[in-house]
Amino acid sequence: MSRTTLDLWVGFFVAVGLGALLFLALKVGNMASASSGDTYAIQAKFDNIGGLKVRGAVKSAGVVVGRVTEIHFDAEAYQAVVTIRIDARYKFPRDTFATINTSGLLGEQYIGLEVGGDIAMLKEGDTVKKTQSAVVLEKLISQFMFDKAAADDGKK
Amino acid sequence: MSQESLVEIRDLNFSYDNRPILTGINMKIPRGKVVAVMGSSGCGKTTTLRLIGGQLKPTSGEVRVGGQVVHELDANGLYGLRRRMGMLFQFGALFTDMSVYDNIAFQMREHTDLPEAVIHDLVLMKLHAVGLRGAHGLMPAELSGGMARRVALARAIALDPMLIMYDEPFAGLDPISLSIVGELIRKLNDALGASSIVVTHDVQESLKIVDYVYFVSEGKIVAEGSAEEMKNSKVPYVHQFVWGEADGPVPFQYPSKPYGEELMERVGHRG
Amino acid sequence: MDNRVVGALRGLGQRVTGRIWRLGYASRFFLAILLHSGTSVRRLHLTIREIYFTGVLSLIIILVSGMFVGMVLALQGYDTLQRYGSTEALGVLVSLSLVRELGPVVAALLFASRAGSAMTAEIGMMKATEQLSAMEMMAVDPIARVVAPRFWGGVISMPLLAALFSGMGIFGGYLVGVQLIGVDEGSFWSQMQASVDFREDILNGVIKSFVFGIIVSWVAVFEGYDAEPTAEGVSGATTRTVVTSSLAILAADFILTAFMFTGT
Repeated sequence: MSRTTLDLWVGFFVAVGLGALLFLALKVGNMASASSGDTYAIQAKFDNIGGLKVRGAVKSAGVVVGRVTEIHFDAEAYQAVVTIRIDARYKFPRDTFATINTSGLLGEQYIGLEVGGDIAMLKEGDTVKKTQSAVVLEKLISQFMFDKAAADDGKK
Repeated sequence: MSQESLVEIRDLNFSYDNRPILTGINMKIPRGKVVAVMGSSGCGKTTTLRLIGGQLKPTSGEVRVGGQVVHELDANGLYGLRRRMGMLFQFGALFTDMSVYDNIAFQMREHTDLPEAVIHDLVLMKLHAVGLRGAHGLMPAELSGGMARRVALARAIALDPMLIMYDEPFAGLDPISLSIVGELIRKLNDALGASSIVVTHDVQESLKIVDYVYFVSEGKIVAEGSAEEMKNSKVPYVHQFVWGEADGPVPFQYPSKPYGEELMERVGHRG
Repeated sequence: MDNRVVGALRGLGQRVTGRIWRLGYASRFFLAILLHSGTSVRRLHLTIREIYFTGVLSLIIILVSGMFVGMVLALQGYDTLQRYGSTEALGVLVSLSLVRELGPVVAALLFASRAGSAMTAEIGMMKATEQLSAMEMMAVDPIARVVAPRFWGGVISMPLLAALFSGMGIFGGYLVGVQLIGVDEGSFWSQMQASVDFREDILNGVIKSFVFGIIVSWVAVFEGYDAEPTAEGVSGATTRTVVTSSLAILAADFILTAFMFTGT
């Protein structure tokens, strides 16, 4: 085999291989959309975070605006402290309301941000004041049963 | 240091895993001469070549090539020395993934900055010297045994070495190729003004072309002299070797108990 | 009786010291390759030639196997996910298994048996026919001229082959999942993109395949260089290359996975 055909094949091989990597990075992975740019970190305290995980999504109006970067337990307040990083392009008012939601009935849990009306914006290191914990399905069901039973008792 | 000898071997001992291969070897290879080292297979001939080429280090004693002690050279010095040596391996050892042309051009490309046009002329010149100019485009797999040996010979002389070493150059060749290779060894040596060492067990062919012969048996030199002297040698081993007799100092039988005794033992077992 | 015990113990000891000695020898050989790698860069065509033999010639087997593995993953994954009513997660399942595990590992195993064995056989034959000795006698270092370019060729080819394997597998999963079974195309891709992280998953996969490339190429060139210079010696060395490098790949995979993916 002559040197030029060999070079051609190797060039083809390397190009296709790099192409596959690019495909993985852009089409399969989330490099195109993910946090390549600046972010700022804020914290939120929850009584119960349910099944929320690090790297979970942070959404506002259904659009991913950031990710959960750290979760730890505050031993004094007995609360979960969640650090989230939000894309620097998006600003949220100080009185933004953070909730833990579930995508679908049994899907992944994510943090939803509901925008308030404050003029001042959240900045690096701030803490979200108003939060709502994860809905724990078992609690919900037992509460429902309890209410039902109480209602039935009342009727009698 | 005498100017006469290109290679001098003094009191050379070499052992491998405490098993002595060579003991007390003394040799001189004069400039411009072709010297043969003969002996039966496995007697340490090839080891001698490897010691001269610096691929092995002697246990004691020394090998001097062109005045330099081979085993005292560092890597650069050794490589410098090897550039002035050519070696023909037992079955040619041509690079199987390169054409005949590239095989011969290999050293020129590795060691010189010659332009490709000059290399082209040199390669064809070397191939012409071994009569295979027309074969430059072939791959080693397409060559017959004799042709491969000649190509390897052309490769060994690619950089016009001062010392050419041949490891069993006649092994496995048909009679015609045999005499071609024999003649080439002599001619190339004289044309290049080099010195040659031929390690071989092919007595008839090598005695025709060499100036001086060393006989090695079991790691020792048992006889030396000119080709004529060897033919008429009275040393029993040399006589047996030169005339190819089946029995002699080298016995036909592998060491064993007397045959009768062994037969009797069998009978004893059965009874 | 006692003699037998002593003999067995001695045999065991010999085997262990032999192994350790060989490992040390292999490590020194690895260092020698690194030290003599200048030639592979300076004369790039030597390395390019080896990329051809290890990479380009492994393309077919890698692409075809990747395709099939992806298709099987889609079939099996669909069957399981269906029970939980979450078939949209098929893309996630296929892509994560390929990118994190199967891509690097299976591609490396195939690479070991296709390219690694060929590398060992080639170097072993060069040794058996005294080509390496001849090169040494021509004042050319065989480690720099023969071994190092092959090593680097393998190291460069491996991550590219693994990426191709994963890409092809995801395509195969797409064909079976979306085109054949009828999972929704939009959720197949979007769920995949939402849960495959570039740094955590893809980059770690690439690092894995790079490490595997080093392992396979190292084992292959070492076994070839260390082979007994006979036909049987070379065939034995070829077998050892496949066995040793496969085991080493799986062991290294466990260690790497333990370090990479236990953070979350």
